[in-house]
Amino acid sequence: MTAQVSATARPPVQRRRSGASLDRKHARFGWVFLAPFAVVFLVFLVLPLVYAFWMSLHTNTLAQGEQFAGLANYFRAFADERFMTGMLRVAAFAVVFVPIQIGLALIFALVLDDVRTRFARFSRLLIFAPYAIPGVIGALMWGFLYSPSFGPLVSFFDFLNLPAPDLLSRDTIFASLTNIVTWQWTGYYMIIFYASLQSIDPSLYEAARIDGATKLQTALQIKLPIITSSIVLTIVFSLIGTLQFFTEPQVLAPLAGNAIDAAYTPNLYAYNLAFSYQQFNYASAISFALGLMVFLASIIFLVATRKKSGLR
Amino acid sequence: MTTSPAPLVDEAITASGTRKQRARSAPRRRPAIGSHLLLAIAALYFLLPLWWLIVAGTKSTSGLFAGRPLWFADEFALFDNIAQLATYNDGIYLRWLGNSFLYAIAGGVGSTVLAVLAGYAFAKYRFRGSGLSFMILLASVMVPLTALVIPTYVLFNNLGLTNTIWAVILPTLLSPFGVYLMRVYIQDAIPDELLDAARVDGSGEFRTFGTIAVPLMRPAIVTVMLLNIVGGWNNYFLPLAMISDQRLLPVTVGLNYWQVQSNSATAGSIIWNLVTSGSLISVVPLIIAFLMLQKYWQGGLSMGSLK
Repeated sequence: MTAQVSATARPPVQRRRSGASLDRKHARFGWVFLAPFAVVFLVFLVLPLVYAFWMSLHTNTLAQGEQFAGLANYFRAFADERFMTGMLRVAAFAVVFVPIQIGLALIFALVLDDVRTRFARFSRLLIFAPYAIPGVIGALMWGFLYSPSFGPLVSFFDFLNLPAPDLLSRDTIFASLTNIVTWQWTGYYMIIFYASLQSIDPSLYEAARIDGATKLQTALQIKLPIITSSIVLTIVFSLIGTLQFFTEPQVLAPLAGNAIDAAYTPNLYAYNLAFSYQQFNYASAISFALGLMVFLASIIFLVATRKKSGLR
Repeated sequence: MTTSPAPLVDEAITASGTRKQRARSAPRRRPAIGSHLLLAIAALYFLLPLWWLIVAGTKSTSGLFAGRPLWFADEFALFDNIAQLATYNDGIYLRWLGNSFLYAIAGGVGSTVLAVLAGYAFAKYRFRGSGLSFMILLASVMVPLTALVIPTYVLFNNLGLTNTIWAVILPTLLSPFGVYLMRVYIQDAIPDELLDAARVDGSGEFRTFGTIAVPLMRPAIVTVMLLNIVGGWNNYFLPLAMISDQRLLPVTVGLNYWQVQSNSATAGSIIWNLVTSGSLISVVPLIIAFLMLQKYWQGGLSMGSLK
C-alpha cells in the first residue's frame, strides 16, 4: 500500500534519479554496493594497465637489470617493421571484417524481421549457433575444412577437374581468416539487430504502408534509422575485437606455417615476444600501444557518429 | 517474466506506450521465395562446419583421411573415440572439461554477482563520484582485455599465482560490460518509488536490495550470467598465457595443444580423432545452454545497445 501512496506523491513520469528525497542518508550505500566491483576493477584493470605502462618504460637486460628507458620501447615499436606490418594488417582486417559482418548481420536481421515462418526461426538459430562455439574450436574446424588432407574442398575441386586452391597459403590466408570470423560473429550481431527491430512499434510500418512505401523503403528509411545506436555499438565491438585479432591466427599458425608468422597480428606478436622470448618489457610496450590505438579508434568512431546514433 | 528485458526495449523505442502487437503475420501476401532462398543458403553456410564436426566426431583417424569429409564413414567410431578420450593420457580430457566448467562457472557467477551489486549502485544511488566512476567504467569497456593479460601474468608470476586455478578465475571476475547492462536494466525495471516505499516502511538498504530489487532483476541476471559463463568457457588467451601445467588447462587450450601435437608429431601421438570428437563433445554443453535459455539471450543481447 505504501508503494501506492508514495507513487502518487511523486508520479513516475517525473522520475528522478534514486530516491532524491532520501539521497543524503543513503548515498553512501552506493559505495557499499559498488565496493566489491571497484576492488576487482582496480586490481585487475587499473593496476595491470599502470604496470604495463611502467614496464613499457623500462628495459630489462641480464647485464644491467631493470632500467628506466623512457619511451625507447615505443620508438623501437614504431620503427619495428614487424609490428607496423601487423598493425596495418589488423587495420586492413578491420576494413574488411567490420562491413562484411555488420552488413550480412543487418540483411539477415531485416529478412528475419520480415519473414516469420518456422523455417525462418530455424535459420535464425543456425545463423546464431557459431556464437556458442569457442573461437578455438571454430578455427580448428575451419582448419580441417581448409586442409588438403581432410577437407571437402579438395574433393570438390577434383570433381570439377580444377586444381584445388591452397587455402592456407600466403595469398589466401587473409580470405580464409575473414571467412572464419564472419562465420563466428555474424550471428551474434544479427541477434542484436533482430532484437532491436522486434521492439519497433509496428504501427510505424502501417503508416508507411498506407503511404505506399515498399518493403525496401520501409527497411531503409524507417527500420535502419531507428536501430542506428545498435549498429554503432556493434561496429565498435567488432572494431575492438578485430584490432585484437589473436585466436584464429594463433590456432591456424601450425597448419599454415608459411602464411602466419609470429608477428602476424600485434597481439600475436606481443604474446610471442612475452612468452617465447621473455621480452616482457617490449611486449608490454606493444600491447599498451595497441590498447591505446583500439581505445582511440573506438572513441573517434563514437564521437564521429554521435549525432546519428544519439549516444552520449 | 517471459519477456525478459523486452519492456525496457519497448520504452526506449516505441512512441506510444501501448503494448505492441506484432500483427504482421496478418493474412496476406505470397510466400517470400527470395527471402527463404537467402535464409536457406545462410543456414547451410553456418551449419557446414557444425555438420562436418558431427560427422568427423564419429570417425577414426584413418576414417578422417579416407575421403567423404561431409558424410559418415562405414565405421562408426564415436563410442570408441569417447572411450579413448576418457582414457588417453590418464583421462586428461575429462580434467580439461572439468576445469572449463570450474573456470566458467566460478568466473561467470562471481562476475555476475559483482555486476549486479555495482549496476544497482549506479542505477539507484547518487553517491559522491558516481558520475565519474560510471564514465571510467564506460571507457574501460573499450580497453582491449588482451592488453591486460601480459602485465597480469607478470604480477601473478611475482606472487606465485601463475599455474594455479586462481590465475584464470580471478581476472575473469571483471565484467565492466555486465555492470553496464545491469545498470541499464535496473534503471528502467525498478522504480525508485518502490525502493523509497520500502525505506519508509523501515526496510534496510540490504534487505530492500535482497527482497525487492533482486527478484525484479532476474531476467537481466540470467542474461548477464549466461554471457559471462559463455565468455569464460570460450576464454583462450588468458589460460594460454597463465597455465602451463597440462592438468589445469581448460578444454579450449587443451584441444589446441592436441592439434599442434598431432600436426607435428610422430605416429604414436597423432590423435586427430580425439581432436575432432573432443571438440564435438566440448561444444555440446553450450549449445544446450543456449537452446534452453533462448528467451533470455534473444532479448538480452540487445539490452545494452539501445540506451
